[in-house]
Amino acid sequence: MDLLRFFTAGNVDDGKSTLIGRLLYDSNSISTDIIETLTRQSKTTGINSDIDLALLTDGLRAEREQGITIDVAYKYFTTDKRKFIIADTPGHIQYTRNMFTGASNANLAIILVDARNGITDQTKRHSILSAILGMPHVLVCINKMDLVDYSEARYTEIENDYLLFAKQLGLKDISFIPASALAGDNVVTRSDKMNWYTGPTLLNFLETIEIYETKKTEASRFQVQYVIRPQTKENHDYRGFAGKVVSGNYKKGQRVVVLPSGIETEIEKIEINQREVEVAEINRPVVLHLKDDVDVSRGNSIVPIEHLPRTEKEITATICWMDNVGFIPGQKMLLQQNSFRTKAIVKEVISKIDIHSFMELQSDGSMKLNDICKVLIKTSEPISFDSFSENRNTGGFILINENTNNTMAAGTIN
Amino acid sequence: MSKQFDYLDELEAEAIYILREVAGQFDRPALLFSGGKDSICLVHLALKAFRPGKFPFPLVHVDTGHNFPEAITYRDNLAKQLDEKLIVRYVTDTIKAKKLQDGKGKFPSRNGLQTYTLLDVIEEFEFDACIGGARRDEEKARAKERIFSVRDEFGQWDPKMQRPELWNIYNGKINKGENVRVFPISNWTELDVWNYIKREKIELPSIYFTHERECILTENGQLMNTNEFIILEADDVIVNKKVRYRTVGDMTCTAAVESEAYTVDDILVELKVAKISERGATRMDDRVSEAAMEDRKKGGYF
Repeated sequence: MDLLRFFTAGNVDDGKSTLIGRLLYDSNSISTDIIETLTRQSKTTGINSDIDLALLTDGLRAEREQGITIDVAYKYFTTDKRKFIIADTPGHIQYTRNMFTGASNANLAIILVDARNGITDQTKRHSILSAILGMPHVLVCINKMDLVDYSEARYTEIENDYLLFAKQLGLKDISFIPASALAGDNVVTRSDKMNWYTGPTLLNFLETIEIYETKKTEASRFQVQYVIRPQTKENHDYRGFAGKVVSGNYKKGQRVVVLPSGIETEIEKIEINQREVEVAEINRPVVLHLKDDVDVSRGNSIVPIEHLPRTEKEITATICWMDNVGFIPGQKMLLQQNSFRTKAIVKEVISKIDIHSFMELQSDGSMKLNDICKVLIKTSEPISFDSFSENRNTGGFILINENTNNTMAAGTIN
Repeated sequence: MSKQFDYLDELEAEAIYILREVAGQFDRPALLFSGGKDSICLVHLALKAFRPGKFPFPLVHVDTGHNFPEAITYRDNLAKQLDEKLIVRYVTDTIKAKKLQDGKGKFPSRNGLQTYTLLDVIEEFEFDACIGGARRDEEKARAKERIFSVRDEFGQWDPKMQRPELWNIYNGKINKGENVRVFPISNWTELDVWNYIKREKIELPSIYFTHERECILTENGQLMNTNEFIILEADDVIVNKKVRYRTVGDMTCTAAVESEAYTVDDILVELKVAKISERGATRMDDRVSEAAMEDRKKGGYF
């Protein structure tokens, strides 16, 4: 059984939390004591008469009071086919950074559209953010079909509008499902009111979608997280580099390069849980041993000699500013890419991306909360990377404020 | 190709990755060990992450004095067997030293009190990261917490000021005095934990499996074991039942469930038909209010 991580984008008004609630409720993933609590809460705060399914995901007091989602909530359910992790992300523009958090590890975006309103600014914003994060699959769920008389014409109109808009975004795989989360149409059970729709229900779709594995074609990548050196009598010379194979694979005897130093060596031994293996496959946490006694430390990359990443001290990237305090020109910061950290500085704000049209606008050099900008960054040590569109595992980074330690921005390298 | 990489492999890989990030980013981390199944899984994952090296952190237990003796025995044996450092600090000592009011009532809970001892032990050893076995499926406030959860000098969680956390990039930068709570098995569910225990053949304290026990049948139908900390009253309904524990917390606030499960396989069968959530079935402390967990976390609790 495999695992699908997806996120949902949209406002409470679009029925997002209701949709998740419906998915969990109808797939019997909610325990009776939780339902009791919900029923009790629904009576005092809920909008609906029986159970307000939205209350399932809004876990913070402030969220329940205001009826909005502020931060990501993670929900879990399992069917016979798959395990699912849902990141329920906020739709409001002021919580864009939280949406990024929830979306970054997902393989699928579910974008909710209210059938009455069609494509809105928010739909566009969520789609653009999905594109920036390189989402492999996008599902547009056209919700509240009950309020447009389950009209096929309306559904087709929205589908066409969306495809027209999405053309410029470069999204790889887009699907559509007409549904009513409140009434339960096409979420878990097939609707008898939309016979014109022959595609899968939402759950069906989630269970059967083939998860796009960009990683399979990508060059092998590994970063050292931690050096294991027991220094005991029986393991006196043991020096293993612990980390995870984030793409491709590594073989015993393979010629590799350590970056950024550029030293060539060979993989002498690969261990998984202290057992020696011939090949380290993608996603495995492993320990690599190198033939030569070379200088390797945390944050260094070990890569195949025939597929080197770029190693540079200047990068252009698309970043989302996430700190309440705006960008101060010249401010020193730390750049972190997985386990690699270096001092960095934003040399230039090249342009600002309009998150409703995807147009590049002229920048005035400022960056405020939730702004998405193209920037030129200079690092003090060279960073080894692939462009984000080539490899999501080596092309993403965060910027940390050296003073407050806050994560100020997240970026994808162009 | 080796065997299929399934969801348990993925959850395991994520947890090992997080443990190694803690080792790489912090000077003085600790693993909070309770003797419960979740922290037992953490220890198992740490073995996979760091052997043949030693753990880059000690195991730390905040002993409330109300723990099940089976869990304490398990804890001591495990530390000895692995030859890893175990630090134990006692809530009873904190109560004496700080002149705190002990838990009151029929089921005197030390749940709130253990936060004091936890914060003290963090200060004593200057821990900058504390690894815990909390899972997001346990409770709705936990469902909102980051994997690296930054706490201020008072151990407080501020749910509105959480750092963005993207991809596999964990920002553990903090100022002196602050600490990070790290939850490597955030994305595991109760069922995942049991499936993992089965696959990895992890040994557990005996109270997770069915046994005969004398219990008080409470008004709301929960089974509380009789013990020295619970005051028996004349009208208490005492029953002898075959029970097991779904979670291992304090004897004063953890209820048993009726069970015939002798093995992990039996437990998995039981869980698949269980209608009540793990905490709902067994914890009295979460029933106080809708926001009980959120409030305790804001106060420095795990």
